[in-house]
Amino acid sequence: MTENEVVLMKGNEAIAHAAIRCGCDGYFGYPITPQSEILETLALEKPWETTGMVVVQAESELASINMVYGGGATGKRVMTSSSSPGVALMQEGITYMAGAEIPGVIVNVQRGGPGLGTIQPSQGDYFQSTRGGGNGDYNVIVLAPASVQEMADFMDLAFQLAFRYRTPAIILSDGIIGQMMEKVVLPPYKPRRTDEEVARECPWAATGRRGRRNNILTSLSLDPGFMERHNEHLQQKYRVIRETEVRYEELLTDDAEYLIVAFGSAARISQKAIELLRHEGVRVGMLRPITLWPFPTPRIAELARRMKGILCAEINSGQMLDDVRLAVEGACPVALHGRMGGMVPTPEEIAAALREKLIKG
Amino acid sequence: MTREEIIQPGNLVYRKPELMNDNPMHYCPGCSHGVVHKLIAEVIEEMGVTERTVGISPVGCAVFAYNYLDIDWIEAAHGRAPALACAVKRLHPDQLVFTYQGDGDLACIGTAETIHSLNRGDDIAIIFINNAIYGMTGGQMAPTTLMGMKTSTCPYGRQSDLHGFPLKITEIAAQLEGTCYVTRQAVHTVAAINRTRKAIRRAFQNCLEHRGASLVEVVSTCSSGWKMSPTEANRWMAEHMFPYYPLGDLKDNLTKQNSAAAE
Ligand SMILES: Cc1ncc(C[n+]2csc(CCOP(=O)(O)OP(=O)(O)O)c2C)c(N)n1
Ligand code: SF4
Ligand SMILES: [Mg+2]
Repeated sequence: MTENEVVLMKGNEAIAHAAIRCGCDGYFGYPITPQSEILETLALEKPWETTGMVVVQAESELASINMVYGGGATGKRVMTSSSSPGVALMQEGITYMAGAEIPGVIVNVQRGGPGLGTIQPSQGDYFQSTRGGGNGDYNVIVLAPASVQEMADFMDLAFQLAFRYRTPAIILSDGIIGQMMEKVVLPPYKPRRTDEEVARECPWAATGRRGRRNNILTSLSLDPGFMERHNEHLQQKYRVIRETEVRYEELLTDDAEYLIVAFGSAARISQKAIELLRHEGVRVGMLRPITLWPFPTPRIAELARRMKGILCAEINSGQMLDDVRLAVEGACPVALHGRMGGMVPTPEEIAAALREKLIKG
Repeated sequence: MTREEIIQPGNLVYRKPELMNDNPMHYCPGCSHGVVHKLIAEVIEEMGVTERTVGISPVGCAVFAYNYLDIDWIEAAHGRAPALACAVKRLHPDQLVFTYQGDGDLACIGTAETIHSLNRGDDIAIIFINNAIYGMTGGQMAPTTLMGMKTSTCPYGRQSDLHGFPLKITEIAAQLEGTCYVTRQAVHTVAAINRTRKAIRRAFQNCLEHRGASLVEVVSTCSSGWKMSPTEANRWMAEHMFPYYPLGDLKDNLTKQNSAAAE
């Protein structure tokens, strides 16, 4: 592949290639459908022979995320990937990383649940991802790609955000985007940071003392006063992230009377629903949150004031719906169209839901 | 003689290693943790690797190991220290990377992480404090609690039908292809302390020379958990623990190699 060449590949493959290209230092993962191609692609590519990136098939997702915790604690750009049941197992490591302020990237190619559920796509981990997911008061940055191109593009972005704020970042994808093939331009190669660069950019990291005072990375303190201040520091950081890092995309909202809010693959399907509805003369637009946390609350609140109704289209029982309602605060009716269990809504269904639940009602 | 006259370099017979700071230790009197901490500090100093050492502390009484030794530390989740160490060592091959874990941490909740790290042959050293009890949480049954031994969760003594058998994880470790050095030591006498110091040094050397995984078990006391005085605890350990957990090397590939070369 040459620079800027358009290639055809799966979302999962794009993640793997983008990781190698964006200077990722290590990948640690355990196989699970529908994302095993990420580890398989890395194993085929053998980046340890080219960029020096470490690739380990771990014994479990618990081990994977704790490897990410360890690697991130030394200032390296490290990541893992999994699908819903595996990410459930990772919550221990994610909350430790949030507490000890360790950067790292987790890719979740979601499938349906609860439990072992199904290997078919789902967006059922919205709550888990945006509410923290593990114990304690914390949030992680959540990016929701809606195309194979965004799978590739968000890899470097996720690392940048994770290191800027010393926090775990999740790329919340799903089985559709992971498995579908699309045209993609992979990001250009960027060298891995040298140990000197890491030591300079991450003076907090456990790299060995290297002539400075020793660094201790922990989430523990038995002193409630200290722990409260630490929590306040985390909350202050989350406020800055909410003010600075909200990302979303709008489609045809200028003249819209109705709004669809959808993320990831549900947004791709909703795009087609909007075409159908516009063809019938319904003035409908879309807001696609790209960051699910921080959520584009202010913009949705603003749009809600001039809408006749908002439809949330999700591949779950209505999880983002809560955040939309909190943003709308009753300014207009909010309805849901959601499918579960691995079933994916069609554009026709979404269009019909908007007609029936918002226009007729 | 005044105090000042006594405190003279010429009169020095014992000193604590520089790496150990003056923070008051939270360990109970007679606890093995403190002794092993000191040995680790001594070995790191001796080897001259203070600036390139990363320690991984466990969840257990030694969770605060990072408060006492002035090296870089990462505090792991309960049982996961070997997973962290695996990544740290692979990303920093020149570093001395060791974990420090109790029996509950290493041989119960973290069994999978322990076995797979050892079996992968991660170039790390694991220091394993086996006191046959959960010290930190107040003396509950551990995977290594001896048959008949009383703890707060087996108050009538450990019995096989209810609790299964004490786990000899070090014997399992010796069977794994990825380990290069597996040994069981103690710190109840000066001679034992010296042997443990040598064992830790060997394990750390293996880590720096990429020979595979090393496991140093230290059969230890927990006077508080066992509800004994420090002296009683040492005596009880020798009488009851050593027969089930016999001291000595279980595996040493380096010696094997050297003797093979000599033949
Ligand atoms: C996930 C999780 N489960 C349980 C605990 C509670 N806990 C803390 S330390 C410990 C046992 C420690 O025993 P051991 O590893 O033998 O260390 P020791 O204190 O004896 O040195 C337990 C169960 C915890 N902190 N985290
Ligand atoms: S409870 Fe036991 S292991 Fe913990 S410090 Fe006291 S003696 Fe040591
Ligand atoms: Mg113990």
